[in-house]
Order: sequence, then C-alpha cells, then structure tokens
Amino acid sequence: MMNTLSSNEGLFSRPMWMAIAAFTVLAALLPACNLVFPDGHILHVSAYTVALVGKFMCYALAALALDLVWGYTGILSLGHGVFFALGAYAHGMYLMRAIGQQGQYHSSLPDFMVFLDWKIYPWYWAFTEHFWYCMALVLLVPGVLAFVFGYFAFRSRIKGVYFSIITQAMTYAFMLLFFRNDTGFGGNNGFTDFKTILGYSVTAPATKAVLFLLTLAFLLAALVGARAIVCSRLGRVLQGVRDSEARLMFLGYNPLWFKLFVWTLSAVLCGIAGALYVPQVGIINPSEMSPANSIEMVVWVAVGGRGTLIGPILGAFTVNGLKSWFTAALPELWLFALGLLFIGVTLFMQQGMLGLLKQWRRGKAAGVDKEAA
Amino acid sequence: MSIRMVAGMASAEAGPSYARVKGEGLDTTHGAILYLEDISVSFDGFKALNRLSLDISVGELRCIIGPNGAGKTTMMDVITGKTRPSSGTAWFGQTMNLASMTEAQIAHAGIGRKFQRPTVFEQHTVFENLELAMKMDKRVAPTLFARLNSGQAGKIETILQLIRLHGQEMRLAGLLSHGQKQWLEIGMLLMQEPQLILLDEPVAGMSDAETARTAELLNELRGKHSIMVVEHDMGFVTEIAGQGIVTVLHEGSVLAQGRMSEVQADERVIEVYLGR
Repeated sequence: MMNTLSSNEGLFSRPMWMAIAAFTVLAALLPACNLVFPDGHILHVSAYTVALVGKFMCYALAALALDLVWGYTGILSLGHGVFFALGAYAHGMYLMRAIGQQGQYHSSLPDFMVFLDWKIYPWYWAFTEHFWYCMALVLLVPGVLAFVFGYFAFRSRIKGVYFSIITQAMTYAFMLLFFRNDTGFGGNNGFTDFKTILGYSVTAPATKAVLFLLTLAFLLAALVGARAIVCSRLGRVLQGVRDSEARLMFLGYNPLWFKLFVWTLSAVLCGIAGALYVPQVGIINPSEMSPANSIEMVVWVAVGGRGTLIGPILGAFTVNGLKSWFTAALPELWLFALGLLFIGVTLFMQQGMLGLLKQWRRGKAAGVDKEAA
Repeated sequence: MSIRMVAGMASAEAGPSYARVKGEGLDTTHGAILYLEDISVSFDGFKALNRLSLDISVGELRCIIGPNGAGKTTMMDVITGKTRPSSGTAWFGQTMNLASMTEAQIAHAGIGRKFQRPTVFEQHTVFENLELAMKMDKRVAPTLFARLNSGQAGKIETILQLIRLHGQEMRLAGLLSHGQKQWLEIGMLLMQEPQLILLDEPVAGMSDAETARTAELLNELRGKHSIMVVEHDMGFVTEIAGQGIVTVLHEGSVLAQGRMSEVQADERVIEVYLGR
C-alpha cells in the first residue's frame, strides 16, 4: 500500500538521527572536558566556551519555537523576545530570592528594592522563594500572555504584517514597563548577581555543567516533540493555515484553535529557553525585550532555513557564533554584518542554510545519476 | 460512460453511495434533497433571483445553464448560506431550512461547494490534500493524535482512482495541471461525504481532453451523489446531461426545464441563450 506516507516514516531520516546524536555527544563532552581536564591540558575546554555554547543552545530553543509559528504556520512574530524574557524573569525571581541576605545591603529584600526604600515584597512576589512555583510561572506567564494575546488577535483575524507589527508593539510595551523601577523587577538593571540555585552555587563549574546538560536535554526534547507535531495531521493543518486559511475553513477546520495551540506552545518553549538562559548568563534585563532582539531571532530562523526545525538551530548557532567573533574582533562592524547577512539570505538563499545543503545534495545525486548513465 | 439512466434511479453499480445514506437530520423520504420555493434576492433593486423555484432529487445530476447574469451563482450563494434570500424558502431535505442556517452549519449539514478557481493546498501532496478534507473530528486534540486507519486509506485510494490521480498521490498539489487541480478539488469535496455537491463551472479553463475526462468523472458519480452543476460550456452539458433534467435560468427564474434535447428545441431558450 502507500508506505511512502510521510506519517508512516520515522520522525527523522537515518543520517539526520546520526547528525543529532553526534551533536548531542559532542555537546555533552564540552562540560565533561571542562570538569575532567585541568587548565592547560590540551583537551581542556574553558568555562567561557561552555557558557557560550550553553547560551547558544537557549537561543536555538527559542529559534525552534519561532519556527513552529513562522516556518510552519506562517505567523511571523516580531515579539518572541518578550516570551523569552518573561521566562527568564520568572526564573530570575527565584534566583533573586535565593540570594537571601548576601546582597550588598544584607537585607532580606533584593538590593533594588532596598534602593527604592521598599520594606516588603510586592504581592506578586509572593511564593517566589519556592523553586517549583517559579518553574510553574516560567510556563504559565508566557503561556497565558500568548493565549490571551493570540485569542484576541486571531479571533479578530489579524494576519500577516499587521500581526507582526502588534507583536512588535507588545514586546516594546513590555520593555517600557520593565524599565520602570516601580514595576518591581529591578528597572533597567534587571536581575543579576545571583548566588545559588537550589542551594548550589550558580558559579560552580559542576552547577554550570548540570545547567548545560539540562539545556541540551530540553533542546533535544523540544526538537523531537516539535518534529512529532509537524509530522502529525495537526502539522499538516498548520501548514494549511500558512498556505490557504480560507480553504481550511471550507473543509470544516476552525483555524483559530490551531493557531492558538501552536502560538501558545511556541511561547511556552520560548519561556523555557529564557529560564535556562538566566542562570547560565547570570543576568536578565529589559533590553532582552527590545524589538531588535526579537528581530534577531527571526534572522536566526531565516538564516538556518525556516520550516525545517533543524535549520533554526543551526542558524542560532551560526549567527551567534559570528556575533561573538565580531563583537570581540570588529565590534563596530557587527550590525553591518548582521544587516548584510539578512539581505543576503533574503536575496540569495531563501531556504536558508538547510536549503543550500539540500540543493547541494540534490546536485550531487544528479551528478551521480549522470555518471551512472 | 455509456450508462445513461433516468436521474434519481438507483445505481446498479457497487460503491460508496453517500447521497443515499440518510444523514443525521437530513430527511429525504420524499425523494427530494433540495427544494427552492419562490426565492427572490435583490441587490439595490436589481432582482438577481426572481421567484425561483427548483427541486433536486436524491442521486440526481442536475445541470443548470443560463446566460451571464441569469442568477446561477446567486442561487449557489443562497443554497450555501452566503447570501440571504429576501423572500422565499430553501429546504435541504424535508426538515432543514437553509435560510436560518449559517454557512458553516450548512457545510456541516452536508452541502459541499466547489468554487470556480481551484484552491488546493499547493505545498501538500495530493494524498495529504485528500486526507485533510476527510470527514472526521476536526478539533485540535483529535487532529494531533489522528492516525490513518485502513478504512480511511482505502477511501482515499478509491477517490484517487475516481479522480484519475492514482499513482500521483505523492506529488505536490502545486505541481498538478489546472485540470488535475480541479479534479483534486472535486475529490476533496467527495472526501467530506456531502449529501449534495454544487459544482460551479467545473470545466472553466480546462483543455478539451480534460473537459472530456471531467465529463467521464461526473458520469461515474451520477446516481451515487446528488450533484448540481452550473456550466456555460454547452458541449460539456450535453455530454453529462444524458437523459437527466437540464434547467435553464434566465433573469433570475426558471425559463425552461427538461431533457437536453427538449430544452434545446425550446424557442424561448434559443432566443435568450442557445441561438446567440
């Protein structure tokens, strides 16, 4: 019968599984090499490198989340940074509480509250001393915001560039809100100077290694989960939303709930990425919500190849790798390079890096055919 | 192709016969699936439909012809709920009043419509297009966990044979020819198991060979489905009308009705349409 059906195949092709496995092993070796081999040993990996790759994996998770809505459902979000930052802030609240009285002012309140002359925690800081409560917030805050925002936007049939613009406005509004000192999230300094997480020092190499491996695990789980979704019938409905929403309605689907599902899921994944980011990088401030950051996420997806899931992960690594190199070597040129990259991708490789790879493989296959003939 | 039977007669051929199965709530005990009675629609004083009365029997393949502006598309809009009639009643089966139902409710009740311009999902394969159209629970969670069972796969197989796209199920729909896209869309309509199928100019823009194959396809559907075809192409209508009834619309009401040969001989029809 029809055993060529996409749904009957495995989630990934064999070479793809091998590539994912190779990536996993290589990535997992990084913190191990950092811990096992002493400084100066040829196999030693610096703590800086581990932290950098850990950060890139958080970005990759956010890019993957964005690809679900943009690449597969055709909803271009220019405000995913807000979900990332809210996840980071939710985890950051716990980390701030965990500082205890070790802050500059040795108060039980975070330094920024002492500075504002606040005597008690505001009501919305209640229970944030509990780790699991904050983890629930990591999922709930971006999730609920996305659901409510998405419900009204999708129900009003706001689409395309109009939707993109209001997501941009949303992240900008949140940035302004979080910049205010009175909002109670540390103003423009945000949260930083973390000491411990669940009693372990956040700066200890072992803690960093665990956080790194957790990030890797979440990234892989999200990749496999997202792939399962896009390969399901629901995935094909999402692509139907992207290609012809009206047709889908004639077939009896209500696009509203499909869009809300994937939009909310994407926001939650982004929140998780932010929560993993904050202890590894050690700071979260409102600049993460600046519109430029959200646009940069879109660039990662575009560079890697949208609608491929793997592509955005590659894109996040490539663009951020370039960014790290540029900001160290030629800091004043980075924004030009980013702009050139985006223009280049838009003009010459609309399928992104993964598209190039596919083209190259097809070309090679064609070449083999020619030789055989 | 050679089977020419009186519309409404039971088909001797085996195969799925959606129109004969009494759907939930659809009562066709009196043999008719659609009644339009005295339907009028006016747009700013212009009467697009003027006391139009028409009925379609179960399993009938009815061709509707008429010059431009005769009200053919408006009639389809009334049946599918897109346009509300200013007066008159439209009944689907014995019990459902189409005038009081929304577009979605009407589609759900079993009236499927194919628009002139084909709109298939170009980035999906032919198979996936049919799968998406299939009658099933179309809410989010059931869709996420849906697995294709053998009955459903068999049904897609049957439709693929019928619409002459067998062997092409893995092609992207965007790569099909215009005619093949039209067939795919008819196939998607059939996957939804509608009680009544409305086809708006199914051969518009098709090559002669494609038109001939579409006529074959509709002749195969005859008797198994209740179908209403609105068409300009007289050759095509002659091809599919057979001994069935052809309705000629003119200025929003029925001008003549009968077999193709009778209609073609009718002087009023010749005057307004055929003779031109």
